[in-house]
Amino acid sequence: MYEGIVQDLIDELGRLPGIGPKSAQRIAFHLLAADPVDVRRLAVALTEVKEKVRFCRSCFNVAQAELCRICADPRRDQTLICVVEEPKDVVAIERTREFRGLYHVLGGAINPIGGVGPDDLHIRELVARLADGTVSELILATDPNTEGEVTASYLARQIGPMGLRVTRLASGLPMGGDLEWADEVTLGRAFEGRRVVGA
Amino acid sequence: MTSPYPAGSGSCNHGRVPVYRDEGVVLRTTPLAEADRIITVLTRRTGRVRAVAKGVRKTTSRFGSRLEPGTYVDLMLHSGRSLDTVTQADIISPYGTTIALDYARHTAAAVMLETAERLTSEEREPALRLFLLLVGGLRTLAAGERPPALVLDAYLLRSLAVSGYGMALDDCARCGEPGQHLSLTVGGGGVVCAQCRPHGAASVSAGAVRLLTDLLRGDWDGALRSDLRARREAGGIVAAYLQWHLERGLRALPHLERA
Repeated sequence: MYEGIVQDLIDELGRLPGIGPKSAQRIAFHLLAADPVDVRRLAVALTEVKEKVRFCRSCFNVAQAELCRICADPRRDQTLICVVEEPKDVVAIERTREFRGLYHVLGGAINPIGGVGPDDLHIRELVARLADGTVSELILATDPNTEGEVTASYLARQIGPMGLRVTRLASGLPMGGDLEWADEVTLGRAFEGRRVVGA
Repeated sequence: MTSPYPAGSGSCNHGRVPVYRDEGVVLRTTPLAEADRIITVLTRRTGRVRAVAKGVRKTTSRFGSRLEPGTYVDLMLHSGRSLDTVTQADIISPYGTTIALDYARHTAAAVMLETAERLTSEEREPALRLFLLLVGGLRTLAAGERPPALVLDAYLLRSLAVSGYGMALDDCARCGEPGQHLSLTVGGGGVVCAQCRPHGAASVSAGAVRLLTDLLRGDWDGALRSDLRARREAGGIVAAYLQWHLERGLRALPHLERA
């Protein structure tokens, strides 16, 4: 145990995800030894992120204004919406430079054992976004795990009757791997989603 | 993935690291650090164990979908002080992934998995009958041939019975008087006769009692003949009975879709 504000800093750092008591202590002493300008910059970034960052009122991505950068961009294809679980998934898809439509961030995935049901996600807001008929295709890009699959099947069931095209991201073999290590489910999906080459 | 150890070989030491092989159903996964997960598994021989699956959240993980909730897997594990480590996994049946394609079935499976975890309160206490019931329940749900709500209720009634909380349906739960009784008390353990009926006991229909009896005995022909009203009533009774005996509410139960 250290005295006063040093221990307070260690305690606060220790509350961050993935930071144990030893790591918290190491980071605290790193900050004590660091250049005051660097530490002040970190402090300003921490304060600003809580004061200025909010969620886009349309897609629930992180934003610094009412609308996020993507929703506010008129060059984006307004007829396509890609549904993701978290804001970090938007970043992952944007890195591909393959998608030019809009996003909708659900804020998680359906997980009954974790106490998360459809009402805890931004599904109602998604249905409201689709009501004006502008969107022609909804791409379900939830994680390729059980929770993501359940969320996708629930959304497909809810939105299917609205008459727009609902698609799911392809799943199958990852690039850079060996076929023999693929599990049965992944390999089965890869067979289901096989495509013609050289045509 | 092939293992040098035959199934059921129990533990092996290698001189240094205790390794064992078992088969089990993944009950729950919890994110750990950057790319790992803690996997809670109900195994055939060891009971409920918690193990770390390293790198499982990466898309290139060698575990792939093998350690998703509801998957029946053959596992190789390293024993640890508080948590074991999964070193190899092979799918026996991917029940969870199949069930996930249907929301109603998934919510029923989630209640099953959470109940199995709660009924095995101690880690590493073998619970073979609970394990077999869970595998059977998931297999039936994945097959999709029977109504998910009935499969769930049958699983819950039988799991509670093998855990010592069997619901009395043929005789009065208090005095043992045989016959068809149409009053039920969850705290009292089942149906009660007119003489033993405590204040606040619920009235139940003959159809609901018959359905509960059929589900507990595994008489599917009888259970499938039940009407919608009896199914709803029996479902409510099973949910109340389960929560009474588990003492704490199940998180998955409010999300159950009984359609």
